[in-house]
Amino acid sequence: MTDVLSAPLVVEFPFTRSLGPVQSAFLTGLRERTVLGVRTGRGEVLVPPVEYDPVTAEEIGDLVEVAATGTVTTWAWNPSPRRAQPLGTPFAWVLVRLDGADTALLHVLDAPGPEAVRTGMRVRIRWAQDRVGAITDIACFEPYESDRVTTDPIPHSGQFTDQVTGIVTPARLDYTYHPGRAQSAYLEALAGQHVVGERCPACRKVYVPPRGACPTCGVATDERVEVGPRGTVTTFCIVNIKAKNAAIEVPYVYAHIALDGADLALHARIGGLPYDQVRMGLRVEPVWTPGSRHPDHYRPTGEPDADYDTYKELL
Amino acid sequence: MRDVAIVAFAQTEHRRRTDELSEVEMLMPVLHQVLDATGLEASSIGFTCSGSTDYLAGRAFSFTMALDGVGAHPPISESHVETDGAWALYEAWVKIRTGEADTALVYAYGKSSSGEVRDVLTRQLDPYYLAPLWPDSVALAALQAQALIDAGATDEPALARIASRSRTAATANPHAQLSGSVPAGGYLVQPLRTGDCPPIGDGAAAVILAAGDTARALCARPAWIRGIDHRIEAHSLGVRDLTDSPSTRLAAERAGAFERPVDTAELHAPFTSQEVILRKVLGLGDDVDVNPSGGALAANPVMATGLVRLGEAAARIHRGESDRALAHATSGPCLQQNLVAVLEGERPHV
Repeated sequence: MTDVLSAPLVVEFPFTRSLGPVQSAFLTGLRERTVLGVRTGRGEVLVPPVEYDPVTAEEIGDLVEVAATGTVTTWAWNPSPRRAQPLGTPFAWVLVRLDGADTALLHVLDAPGPEAVRTGMRVRIRWAQDRVGAITDIACFEPYESDRVTTDPIPHSGQFTDQVTGIVTPARLDYTYHPGRAQSAYLEALAGQHVVGERCPACRKVYVPPRGACPTCGVATDERVEVGPRGTVTTFCIVNIKAKNAAIEVPYVYAHIALDGADLALHARIGGLPYDQVRMGLRVEPVWTPGSRHPDHYRPTGEPDADYDTYKELL
Repeated sequence: MRDVAIVAFAQTEHRRRTDELSEVEMLMPVLHQVLDATGLEASSIGFTCSGSTDYLAGRAFSFTMALDGVGAHPPISESHVETDGAWALYEAWVKIRTGEADTALVYAYGKSSSGEVRDVLTRQLDPYYLAPLWPDSVALAALQAQALIDAGATDEPALARIASRSRTAATANPHAQLSGSVPAGGYLVQPLRTGDCPPIGDGAAAVILAAGDTARALCARPAWIRGIDHRIEAHSLGVRDLTDSPSTRLAAERAGAFERPVDTAELHAPFTSQEVILRKVLGLGDDVDVNPSGGALAANPVMATGLVRLGEAAARIHRGESDRALAHATSGPCLQQNLVAVLEGERPHV
């Protein structure tokens, strides 16, 4: 049995999002050390604020300023911070109802240990040194024994100079990719400059690259079959736009190639002849370059063109 | 409208890792099991619907690869939900109820072993106020657990008893990943210990639904879906009462769960503390057999766990071990979205 391959896979993306008027005011406010909430038609003050009342779905935008002090409504002690969480040392996750607000904000609390945290404890915001208009402008909460601020929230225009209208949230997830049995076999064969497919036990078609299942019959494909190396161009296109970072000169030809013995066409670049001489039925063979994991391109074999009837089912 | 029943159910043995299998390789055996059990062929199924998420695999459109295991050519009628397969079952139920199909194949799968599922699930959170803080799934459940403890609804020993009861029940479940005596362990995020949290693992499940007499022809004792409903509540945790689950209560009411008592309940509660809430809002007494399969604490193939609850409840009816069962599925942080179905065996003639 083929060894199961694995490789690290990192998915990373800077999610760029625009903000509505309420979120824009809230996040710009954090940059200015001002915490804004929104008052609903029912008279509740929501912090963090949203643009629609979660109960009535009414559009809301009546901004008010609340205090930077508040009360923990529930908490959870995290002994092992994970990457990208706000604090690198053990901390408490907290929901905090800021003074003047009727709902709670999720954040973290810097405390020496779980014995120092309790529901009902008083806390205040510790602001980040560098603030950009993001929820992380609140570095964390810290214990702060004080009376609850009981004055009514102050109305606020939500207007600041240089309003933040968008955020960029980088996200990264780490995976270990295991291609599974069928694709592992395919990749290992490629490393030896061979191409293998798998035959469906029901319809007898040979799939390449094999994915372990026949998409027509819905059964496992397990009979390994060597295909190629030669094949036939079944259809092609002429690429006239240079891809970013691609070293290939345009125009070039990208083609579907039915390798001999395969019942599915692969796609690859055609080289070794002028782009305007590529045609359906052209017989081709792979050109491997040292250290490459795939054929660099396919080139003409010099054989006569294949008869249309031999590949018409593979278009 | 026509009655709809679950007529077959299959699931994989849920395991910590399945490195040797691609998603479709993991899924195919359960697809074949439900087809074999009913004698149906993929080409004769009226509608196919699946539940999974690309974020577990870290690959875009990974569900299209899984479709290879169904046999999607000649063309089939197919749909996919990017959530637990219980919601795929709901979509299929609607298709059959409205007469668009007589039979449906529903499947779901998740390979949590490919990545860090605690991190992965943070990406379903509000991207403005929550996701940048990376509050993982255990952390959010722990906030809910503490709120319950503060409210006097439970305590750590009671949570440990839920964990123990679930894993003991799972010894009778050959598909379970975690069963028997499992140590409570240290705090993962206090107040939740390792034992209060679900195992991380890979698995898949499939069911077949059928209408009326078709169901009777395919299964000796179909599990009739007497009612099914799903409800959602606010995403933001700070506006919710974390000790309650009004969406579950409403879904159960609309599904008819309170019309007559149930004898079995399969609850999708990955954390012990969530079972406390679900039992309360569903009004389940000690006479109800809760999670005889071991539930999500015994096997948690993310995106299939909810469908497994429906399947386990149906299988008990198929086997004659239950006459009226409740099945529940959840999605989102701290029981944000909840689906409740009531399943019954054929009522005796009077």
